Amino acid sequence: MKHSTKIILNIALIACFGVFLFWAQGNLDGYKVQILNLIAVNTILALSLNLIYGYTGMFSLGHAGFMAIGAYVCAILILPAAQKEMMYILEPVIWPFSVMHAPFFAAVLAAGLVAALLGLLIALPVLRLGGDYLGIATLGFAEIIRIVFTNITPITNGALGLKGIPAYANLPWNFFWCILTIYVIVKLLSSNFGNCLRAIRDDEVAAKAMGINTFRCKAISFAVGAFFAGVGGALMGSLITTIDPKMFNFQLTFNILMIVVVGGLGSITGSVIGAVVITILLEWLRFVEYTVEIGSFVIPGVPGMRMVIFSLVLLLIILYRREGIIGGYEFSWDDLVKRVNARRGRK
Amino acid sequence: MNSDMFIQHFFNALMLGSLYGLIAIGYTMVYGILRLINFAHGDIFMLGSYFVFFGVTAFHMPWWAAALFSIVATAATGIMVDRVAYRPLREAPRISALISAIGVSFFIENMCLVLFTGVPKPMPRLEALVQVLQFGNIRILPLTLIVPVVSFLLVAGLLWMLYRTKPGLAMRAISKDIETTRLMGVKVNRIIALTFAIGSALAAAAGIMWALRYPQINPFMGVMPGFKAFIAAVFGGIGSVQGAMIGGLILGFMEIMIVAFFPALSGYRDAFAFILLILILFVKPTGLMGEKLEDKI
Repeated sequence: MKHSTKIILNIALIACFGVFLFWAQGNLDGYKVQILNLIAVNTILALSLNLIYGYTGMFSLGHAGFMAIGAYVCAILILPAAQKEMMYILEPVIWPFSVMHAPFFAAVLAAGLVAALLGLLIALPVLRLGGDYLGIATLGFAEIIRIVFTNITPITNGALGLKGIPAYANLPWNFFWCILTIYVIVKLLSSNFGNCLRAIRDDEVAAKAMGINTFRCKAISFAVGAFFAGVGGALMGSLITTIDPKMFNFQLTFNILMIVVVGGLGSITGSVIGAVVITILLEWLRFVEYTVEIGSFVIPGVPGMRMVIFSLVLLLIILYRREGIIGGYEFSWDDLVKRVNARRGRK
Repeated sequence: MNSDMFIQHFFNALMLGSLYGLIAIGYTMVYGILRLINFAHGDIFMLGSYFVFFGVTAFHMPWWAAALFSIVATAATGIMVDRVAYRPLREAPRISALISAIGVSFFIENMCLVLFTGVPKPMPRLEALVQVLQFGNIRILPLTLIVPVVSFLLVAGLLWMLYRTKPGLAMRAISKDIETTRLMGVKVNRIIALTFAIGSALAAAAGIMWALRYPQINPFMGVMPGFKAFIAAVFGGIGSVQGAMIGGLILGFMEIMIVAFFPALSGYRDAFAFILLILILFVKPTGLMGEKLEDKI
């Protein structure tokens, strides 16, 4: 298929999707719109983790930390100064954080950049470590960030967190960032740099022997992943309008890891589908936690049952279907055409 | 700070450190043999507390029987976790087993949340152990003195087993080279199960003593001690039992003493361990007593 045809098809797909979003905004209730928003944010987060782990082979458990950075940077930038004065009751907010203000787009961008900068700083010491040690070290960094945020009260309002963050993150914004993330990561991975990353994942020593500057590639991949994690965190903060340090615990990283593993490591299509499926399941499965009455039977709701089911899902996937639910399949127009033709040929 | 206060802090640190050490041994033994961070180990420790709690309150066992019950039940859980979640992944990439371990950890935590609810359970007090002893101005709980003694006896027993018995020899052989050991006729899977049993039993012992000292147990109580004990294991040199105990003691002393001398830093208490982890990984990734693990090409 010609390159220009693909671009037209992509634009058409995005346009159709835009029409769907426009329809959804007007016709779906607030709860369903919220789920759509969460899908967009989770897609961003899953893709950023997939870039770091699925494509570069760096097992990072620090996503909650980058999200925390992003969420706080964005929240402090978009909260009006007067509201900040009022909210910081433990200790007054210090200059320059008291007067900082930026439009939403710039705030989200800044959130991503600060997270990326921190990602680079972390990358310098920890990327020398391999495999599981890297996971634990990044987990350690995420915990340190959380504890620091709990304690620097004049900047973050401590354990009380920030409330009443302006809810700018609506459907268009979330999906704009979501599609931008997909675009950037697809471009990055289809370039030669993407090949370097896959080479490092498959065999780091061999990649080094081929003359790839593995440390540089890993650091860039890590920073890009951190950038989008920060963006995701910023959008999530604005979406749920309340953030506090306790929210960014290991559970959050676990949810994203689950999306990536269920969708399939090293598959962009997988991450997108994983984000859709898991986000909807996370909401839909709430019914197991409510009391249900069927005729005269009363099935009592069990709080916490949702996470039992999800940890079982993760275990079953990793034990029996390590390539994820769609088996490492990657969507492309060429492939679609081939499949359609094959079906026609059979008739 | 006067010397009386210091002595009290010293014994508290010794107790906390030896508890960290006991949990750390479970991490270090499993890592030494399988190169797997057993993420669920902190939750196994939590189960140890719950088993003894139910032994005493629900089944009205005497304390010694409840403790024994807890140790046996926790060891059995450890073996089961290995059988179900880790053994099928022996040939898979190492990170798969780690993800599986994270899954097990969340499963155990949330299962306990479902079964026992999130409300912290009050551990019944064992009066003989929590009656304050007074030496001059120093006030110490008997428990604070007993915990280190019990811990050191357990570690001594473990070291005897590792260096003087056949299963211990097999464990050390597996950590060097699993395939050759299998060729020598060692039933590798059985020895690995034994490793999990011993690690879990020690975690249960730590869980029992922890619950006596901090008598509020909840399904997430194992998370932080688990992380810290893992850090202790890395600090001491992963794979080394003595190293795990020393790492645990150092971590315990660091936590108690830094907060004692700089009370302003108490909010950062949980961060010390992680900072220590990152420092040790940066300076000497093999830890204090660890052997260098070569990357095989």
